[in-house]
Amino acid sequence: MIDFSYAIWIPLVPFLVFAVLGLFGHYLKPRISGLLGTAGLLAAFILSLFVAYKYFFVVGKIDASGVVTDTYQKIIAFNQVWMHFTDKLHVDMGVLLDPISVMMLVVITTVSLMVHIYSIGYMHGEKGFERFFACLSLFSFSMLGLVIATNIFQMYIFWELVGVSSYSLISFYYWKDSAVSAGKKAFIVTRFADLGFLIGILLLSYTTGTFDFVTLTDINGPAIIQGSGIMFMGLSTMTWSLIFVFMGGAGKSAMFPLHIWLPDAMEGPTPVSALIHAATMVVAGVYLVARLFPIYAFSATAGLNVVAYVGGISSLLAAIIACTQFDIKRVLAYSTMSQIGYMMLALGVSGYGEEQGLGYMASMFHLFTHAMFKALLFLGAGAVIHAVHSNDMREMGGLRKFLPITHITFLIACLTIAGIPPFSAFWSKDEILTAAFHHDKILFAIEFFVAGLTAFYMFRLYFNVFWGKHIHYHHEPHESPFVMTGPLIFLAIASIFTGFIPFHSLVTSDGKEMASHLNLLIAGPSVLIGLIGIVTAYFLYKKETAIPDKVASSFKIFYRWAYNKFYFDELYLFVAKKIIFKRISTPVAWFDRHVVDGTMNSVSWVTNYISGSIKGFQSGQVQQYGFAFIMGAILLAVVFIYLWIH
Amino acid sequence: MSHAGIPLHYFLIVSTIMFFVGVYGFLTRKNLITMLMSIELILNSVNINFVAFNRYLYPDGLHGQFFSIFIIAVAACEAAVAIAIIINIYRRFRTISVEDVSEMKF
Repeated sequence: MIDFSYAIWIPLVPFLVFAVLGLFGHYLKPRISGLLGTAGLLAAFILSLFVAYKYFFVVGKIDASGVVTDTYQKIIAFNQVWMHFTDKLHVDMGVLLDPISVMMLVVITTVSLMVHIYSIGYMHGEKGFERFFACLSLFSFSMLGLVIATNIFQMYIFWELVGVSSYSLISFYYWKDSAVSAGKKAFIVTRFADLGFLIGILLLSYTTGTFDFVTLTDINGPAIIQGSGIMFMGLSTMTWSLIFVFMGGAGKSAMFPLHIWLPDAMEGPTPVSALIHAATMVVAGVYLVARLFPIYAFSATAGLNVVAYVGGISSLLAAIIACTQFDIKRVLAYSTMSQIGYMMLALGVSGYGEEQGLGYMASMFHLFTHAMFKALLFLGAGAVIHAVHSNDMREMGGLRKFLPITHITFLIACLTIAGIPPFSAFWSKDEILTAAFHHDKILFAIEFFVAGLTAFYMFRLYFNVFWGKHIHYHHEPHESPFVMTGPLIFLAIASIFTGFIPFHSLVTSDGKEMASHLNLLIAGPSVLIGLIGIVTAYFLYKKETAIPDKVASSFKIFYRWAYNKFYFDELYLFVAKKIIFKRISTPVAWFDRHVVDGTMNSVSWVTNYISGSIKGFQSGQVQQYGFAFIMGAILLAVVFIYLWIH
Repeated sequence: MSHAGIPLHYFLIVSTIMFFVGVYGFLTRKNLITMLMSIELILNSVNINFVAFNRYLYPDGLHGQFFSIFIIAVAACEAAVAIAIIINIYRRFRTISVEDVSEMKF
């Protein structure tokens, strides 16, 4: 077994950069702070690649006793007891390396590095440039700490850190009210979900007696063998705890019904959207389920069904909404939600081990490819916004002449997400559809339909922005500098080629290699429906026509529903204001103000009144005191004499 | 009764009268000096009691007389302190009327 303890530097380097930029950032020139942040991430990126190479190709399959096995081992590269309560109850900080955490290290550092480089151009001249890079580094640190967590409590700590740093990045333009409230919304919604996560952690550690991931997910370990526990409302405690844990994951991953924060979070700068709301933070929920997957698969199949259906519903809803939006970043946000729905669904339909674990592998595969092409889409959208100074696709058109590199890379990303071979998402989406097909036909039908919708709305966006009507721009849009197009090109290449990474032999549910299979009966129709979506979008949006409006008005009610995001925001506002505030909070406030405060106030009032009426005794007149004293003495004398006589 | 002469209760009557005259003066006079004099009257009535009881109850002892002398000495000190206080009050308030010195009011 090789010493991996240097992996601890992968999160620590961004943290040190954060500390330096956060403390001394405004003494540095913006250019230097940008370069420093990027250099920190570059170091983490190189280290991650090195760790990934060592892990996957050199020592990953060597177990603790030094024997070469056919299974990727979970390696604890570093562990330190952090808070020691009792011998059984302690919170550790450490580094756990297994296929998914190593894969996530690569994903996060790659996307984060690209976003750092891109931001040097995109954020050039913005107020708070060094603050931006400090927050980006903090975010990278928290996210990396999250994926290498050795125990669920460490994960929870970094989970919250991720929430905080994403809050500060969404609200980066703190002088804009909408950005501030979007940040608050994201934080409160995810925090509410994290309450479920915390309850889940407590229940889980109560039933299993451990926080440690290796013990928890050991399929011959105590957690899985004797973990089902007490039954409550038809499900075991274990199932309940995992459903609660999933609630936390659903909040971070913007799954229905906790998705409402994600579109608003687009108020943040576009590179932030690319990093947080496309590639890394929102897949934390998927990662969480994948991390605890053996328990889900063995002890809580009901929990897995919840995961699958929540994923399916989210992906369908989001895809429908995405077809109606005009803000390009919001379209991408809903598309993210839809794709993460895919990943959740794939986990939900998966089983454990060998060919049963197809969904698990597909989910991780899709997570990887999605990170690349979605970051590319967001960064491309950022380049468009940078050139046009608007988010609204109705104010764009014909941009292919002005932004050639952005155009080509964006097209590649659109083809990728539409699932056209040989681009990467074709491979991963096909695996997901196959897994769904073998498990549940309804879910398969939903995902199949969503695949078509995805192609349609992405190409609606593409044609509207790069083709379509001719617009007279105030100043001619111009291509971005190389620091911005460079990452685009890199990610475009990644989008094309990551599909050929042999995930089935690297990242599987049990660590063993599994057979890869391209099911033509599923791949064929899914490519076909993607093409149908593209062609529909082509006829509707290639040139400016009246057909889209006609289509919209013929489904008027439904269109308006979808355009208004199915009124989820209004629903939550209704529940919060009309029900919680009015029916619960107001009576509680009344009780507090009148009964609790009233009791205290009346006590003080009585005291005040009595003291006011007797304070006249303290007149300051010595002779009155003397008189009272003598009268008292005489009275006492009389009493004692009386008692003495009798 | 081993001694002829003035009986004990005569002393007691005199001392009682002095005591209550002193109390009356303490409670009614507004001038601080006069109040101080009233206190001296009270102390002296007590002295008479001590001496009289000493003489009539324990003619062989001198405890009561010691006590009287002690009280006289303390009263002298107390008068000095009291007059110092009164002078300070006068400097502060430009009066020695006890009614006007009511700083310790509620």
